[in-house]
Amino acid sequence: MRLEYFQMVDRIAALDPEARTVLAECSVPDASPVFEGHFPGHPLLPGALMIETIAQTGGWLVLATLRFRRMPFLAQVKEAKMRAFVVPGQTLQTEARLLHDGSGYAVVAGSISSAGRKVADAEITYRVVPFPNETLRAQMLETARRVAVPEAFLNG
Amino acid sequence: MSSTFETVAGIISETCDIPREKITPESHAINDLGIDSLDFLDVAFAIDKAFGIKMPLEQWTQEVNEGKVSTDEYFVLGNLCANIDKLVAAKAA
Repeated sequence: MRLEYFQMVDRIAALDPEARTVLAECSVPDASPVFEGHFPGHPLLPGALMIETIAQTGGWLVLATLRFRRMPFLAQVKEAKMRAFVVPGQTLQTEARLLHDGSGYAVVAGSISSAGRKVADAEITYRVVPFPNETLRAQMLETARRVAVPEAFLNG
Repeated sequence: MSSTFETVAGIISETCDIPREKITPESHAINDLGIDSLDFLDVAFAIDKAFGIKMPLEQWTQEVNEGKVSTDEYFVLGNLCANIDKLVAAKAA
């Protein structure tokens, strides 16, 4: 994770658009400017970034399902629960399941676990729209390769 | 259509916190009920789930934007329910 760049997902460990599931690995950095403010002397991964992590993980699933023809943008967060503190150096597994692939929107349910214990979960709704420009699409494809989204799901 | 309307009205009432008695087949979802686009996503999700369909919202939006139909065709609830019935029938066929 590079929190200050909003890079929440380190690696896609498993992705199956047919089964509508994704699993991602995310390592919380030992140090980040984020921790200087949240909180001084007691660094914690902000809950907002846990939600972002779930949203990005589910976002990779939506992108793969649509073979990167459209871009999901966060539209709604429901039932978000931060169940435990997450601290620097912690390893996280984030999973998401596509609940519905609607027309112009998608809904996923996702959760974050650490050492087998659920630390956060939420239901995420995305607006799914054509890429606003080729620059963003190219960047998303580059990032997809960095986090190991299988090549088979990048085009089609 | 009547049972479709009852289901849709119930969904709108619950999702958008609108008193059920204010929702009629003549109600326009945006102009009369004040449902915004984000709330409509919730409504669409609930309708898709309830009827096992995928409402072609993007196609409908395009038709409205191109001036082929007025918003009444898809946002007046009686018309919306008729369109849902068509989608359900098409799925069953």
